[in-house]
Amino acid sequence: MKDMDKSFKKDTETEFPLREEMRPHQVTAPDGQVIDIDPLQDYFCQEPPKVHAKSYFKIVEDFYNWARAHSLWILGFGTGCGAIEMRPLMTPRFDAYRYGIQWRPTPRQANLLVISGYLSVKTLKRAIRAYEQMPAPKYVVGLGSCTINGGMYWDSYNTINKFDEFLPVDLYITGCMPRPEVLMAGVLELKKKIKEGRADGANRYVENFEWYKANQKRVIKNWNMPDYNW
Amino acid sequence: MTFEWIQIPYALLTVFIILNYGMIMTAIMQKIGARVGGRYGIPVWQNYIDLVKNWALRTKITHGVMFYLGPVFRLTGGLGLILFVPTIYGSVMHQNFSYSGDLILALYFIFFGTLGMALGAGESGHPHSAIGVSRGLAQVTAAELPLALAVFSISLQYQTLNITEIVAAQQGSIFNWTLFTNPLAVIAAMFGFVGTMMRSPFDVVLAPQEIPIGPPTEYHSAYLALMQTNRVIFPIAKTIIYMNLFFGGATGWGAFAVKVFALYFVTVFIGVVHPRFRVEQSIRFFLKWGLPVGILAIMAV
Repeated sequence: MKDMDKSFKKDTETEFPLREEMRPHQVTAPDGQVIDIDPLQDYFCQEPPKVHAKSYFKIVEDFYNWARAHSLWILGFGTGCGAIEMRPLMTPRFDAYRYGIQWRPTPRQANLLVISGYLSVKTLKRAIRAYEQMPAPKYVVGLGSCTINGGMYWDSYNTINKFDEFLPVDLYITGCMPRPEVLMAGVLELKKKIKEGRADGANRYVENFEWYKANQKRVIKNWNMPDYNW
Repeated sequence: MTFEWIQIPYALLTVFIILNYGMIMTAIMQKIGARVGGRYGIPVWQNYIDLVKNWALRTKITHGVMFYLGPVFRLTGGLGLILFVPTIYGSVMHQNFSYSGDLILALYFIFFGTLGMALGAGESGHPHSAIGVSRGLAQVTAAELPLALAVFSISLQYQTLNITEIVAAQQGSIFNWTLFTNPLAVIAAMFGFVGTMMRSPFDVVLAPQEIPIGPPTEYHSAYLALMQTNRVIFPIAKTIIYMNLFFGGATGWGAFAVKVFALYFVTVFIGVVHPRFRVEQSIRFFLKWGLPVGILAIMAV
């Protein structure tokens, strides 16, 4: 059987044209002044991310980690089938709010990105943008087999197989599909990791920035955004 | 009134007590809302943990000077409201910096935070923030109309703009409260109260499912922590004014806790049983039902 995945990855040489509005162009202001605009340079911040040091005192850092573990705000972003498994956690049956877990509608206020199932290349781009806009320290959980090895979509032309190559994953939850109880157990496991100070994905991402970016750009062909989305 | 330096630590003590009371009371109110929905709800200390977590975040991105000042203005609105209004009647410690015209200043401070937030959220450049803020300003303006009329009505009734004197006039019996001496003004003011507490059915400003939480969309880490602090202080400060003007004030922290809890619970009670109004519906609601009651209250006095 032909390995679709490899041939898919091989086709990275074709140049993908930038969208019309992302190309450098000229704009005439109301007073007649002509302005040159390069959207990728002018509309976005180009600064690379930094590694954030831990707090100087261990006891302070431990206290912060304890607070981070008990106040996990999940980004309300669902991909694939698993998004429907997240919803019961908000309902009376499972009620994740008991454990300090909340859903936030904006990445700026979220700490945990749950990739809930298969990730198409198009969605991967959005997931990267959302992840990079979250404030550090931030955590990523891969839900379901699809994020580990592609699952039942392992030979699909349009989904990624190993999610770990694109964003730093702190925890995988296996199953197809995992039930809400398993997701709950996974989040509680993540809490333990955070309390021990081992969930340091944001810094891992920055330290291996080039490797992650190379992997991302290998599959996302219309890369019309800056290297890091602030 | 004369100024003494000891007033500053006394006022800070008042703010400290109100902050902690607000943190726990807000969590209890959320728990009550959760119980109505059949959930267990958050732990009562969850607000403290969220606050520490947000301070402890490592990334802080700014969008400009006004982006910094937005939460600061918002917090100033809440703190200013507390500092210039007597919290406990008859107490030297918790009299704060109240003076003879504090009612006017209080009316201004209720609006101040929303204006500051408009500037800050505008600079964040997020379209949802701009939509949220324009809705917020429209709705708060409409909801303030009956409140302003009610305040004029009771200042006519008591012939003063000094909150302490208004509270003093209501002492003695429960039937001396403005609630019984001028019920129309209280009804009009309660329209404004429910309308500006950011709770359902008047929470279209935040509208989590529609415009991802509106004005604070871009706010995170310490900025958000400042706004969270204000979220617990400001409603209490507003409730204190209502308590002083209409419900006889409080002579001790016990009476304060009970009255503020009961008043705050009114909005929660309405919130859990009513779905959200659209912004034009809520403005129409205030103009159609709130405003006539306010005018009646003035005419009755």
